[in-house]
Amino acid sequence: MTAPPARVEALLEAVDDDGAVAFDDLRIERAEDGYALETADEEWTSLAADDLADALEPLSDYVTNWRYWQRSVGGEGTARRAFLRWCERAPLEIETDAGTTDDETTDEPVATHPSVDDPLSVPERYNALRDGLDREWGQLCLTARLVDDADDDPAGERVYDLWHVDDADSDLADLEVYDDPRDAREIATYDGDGRYRPLKTAPTLPSGWAFTGLSGGELVETVEFFYPATVANWHRELQGTLDVDHWTETAERQTGIYDVLDELPREGVEWMAEACCVDSQCLRRREWEFDEGDELDVDGGDGPFPCREPCSLVVAAARKWTILESEDEHTYELELTTSEYNQLAELIDAVAEGRTDEIREADVNDGANRYRARYLRAKRFDEAGDLEARRVDD
Amino acid sequence: MQALVIAAHGSHLNPDASDPTYAHADTVRETGAFDEVREAFWKEEPHFREVIRTLESDEVFVVPLFISEGYFTEQVIPRELRLEEWDPEKWDSDGTSASQVTLEAEDVGKTIHYCGPVGTHDAMTDVIVQRAESVTEDPDVGEGFGLAVVGHGTERNENSAKAVEYHTERIREMDRFDEAKALFMDEEPEVDDVTDYFETEDIVVVPLFIADGYHTQEDIPEDMGLTEDYRLGWDVPSEVDGHRIWYAGAVGTEGLMADVILERAADAGADIGDAVESVREATCLETGAEPEPSAEPGD
Repeated sequence: MTAPPARVEALLEAVDDDGAVAFDDLRIERAEDGYALETADEEWTSLAADDLADALEPLSDYVTNWRYWQRSVGGEGTARRAFLRWCERAPLEIETDAGTTDDETTDEPVATHPSVDDPLSVPERYNALRDGLDREWGQLCLTARLVDDADDDPAGERVYDLWHVDDADSDLADLEVYDDPRDAREIATYDGDGRYRPLKTAPTLPSGWAFTGLSGGELVETVEFFYPATVANWHRELQGTLDVDHWTETAERQTGIYDVLDELPREGVEWMAEACCVDSQCLRRREWEFDEGDELDVDGGDGPFPCREPCSLVVAAARKWTILESEDEHTYELELTTSEYNQLAELIDAVAEGRTDEIREADVNDGANRYRARYLRAKRFDEAGDLEARRVDD
Repeated sequence: MQALVIAAHGSHLNPDASDPTYAHADTVRETGAFDEVREAFWKEEPHFREVIRTLESDEVFVVPLFISEGYFTEQVIPRELRLEEWDPEKWDSDGTSASQVTLEAEDVGKTIHYCGPVGTHDAMTDVIVQRAESVTEDPDVGEGFGLAVVGHGTERNENSAKAVEYHTERIREMDRFDEAKALFMDEEPEVDDVTDYFETEDIVVVPLFIADGYHTQEDIPEDMGLTEDYRLGWDVPSEVDGHRIWYAGAVGTEGLMADVILERAADAGADIGDAVESVREATCLETGAEPEPSAEPGD
């Protein structure tokens, strides 16, 4: 028997070791009358060993696809592997409570997940990977492609590029190029105005950078630095095993200065979710409710990543609002013209929408214009710098 | 596979608070001792709550990047990691002797080796000394110098002061510095009066804090009289009452801290090969000094 060509060698060894290989659209089985070989389009039976090697020779996409996933990526059942499969729209090998399922025969939950769409066959994927296959993950654009130079890497190895969705059409020469996943930490720390981003899933990731030529492992690591734990929780959601901690559980668990959180009234939790947990403020989709079977009225949003419990920012803010809601209400009397009263509402709205930087210096028609705010302060604040008002229920 | 998780406080307001955590995690990554190394935070992401599920390893070593045993290491971190069987008694500690306890994280079914904080490990003594070497740029610093280890000190947690006093005593036993004193921000003896406690002209002041921030960069320099206003900065050394104060800033930013993290994990059974040696070589002063072995390695 002549030595099999190098590119199919490992595959033939795997068939001999296990008696069969079935992966994506490639199936090889050792039977009594020889080998059976099957792809999505063709099938052969009763092949002698040499004939099997010859038959595989023109099927190099199937062969290298097997090698990339089973040898280079490995990690069966891991979130890392599922995420990399998602990157190139490969069928997801998801185990659900109902057992292992195939993407074509399953409607729940894989096919209905917002991030999963029609999977591609091996030839379709290879065509797409030659040009680069793009996916979006929050504000990240990920591109999977076959390596340019097969001299250094075995044919069929993938590499990954990553940049901001706003830079998808930018020339690479105009971007700051990185190849170390850890650099993502620094990029994700500040927004475009240089302000600290304590919430990694805030929709304020700055653009102007690119990671190129990452391995699969490096890609997942980089994504995890940009959006920590999103891959793990996405994978859990796909499997139907996302564990959600609702508001009351989270609040009751707190100790120390956050021990008060379970005293925040129900409507305060509603206002908090409306303030913090909406698409304009966070890319996560709120899956937690007031309690199991007790949903908040506020919509959880359409964010790509599931949010499985109130985050540390919400917990810290909730403490403020718990204290605020524990205070008595009073009636105040203050002198304002109709325009000034309207201006107060405009000011609150502009700050809440993060719009103050956009208001032009001379746009005195906007109630949140800086000069108008300064005029109001000059006119209505007392010498101590407080708004002049009188509590009438004293 | 084995993973290391460095559990730190982090901040919603100050982007620098997590810098030491990242730096030490990177040093450990470079050693290749762990298949996975992950930073986790109370106030940043990944949160303690989410971190274990991001790991593929079944054996996870969690090292708290905190100074003392107390609220965070005994309540917050174990609770947030879902270590249901946790009980502070399992550490069987007198306040500075926690080593590790092996538990299961209930949401992921992984084995967690929950370690004592870096701040109370014996190797931390060496980091304090190396901090003195770094700030004086003298690998042999000691003779003619006093060393002040500064802690927060608080009535709410007696262990906070215990860690400071523990290392101060160990440094005193080294007989390397002419004097060694434990000083505090919020209890006697106070760091404000640092010069009252030393006969030596030169005093190295090392705050036992994890990250530089409000206390180490504003409070303590002003309290000691290094500067009228922290925003104006201060000299190293600065003249105060006829003494030269070599103010080092937070010990947690010292490169050798990565060694303490590794030692904590090794004490808990992690296989780290020669990672400790490589970290000691990589983080010793560039003056050509031989790295000193830990006084009681692995103790």
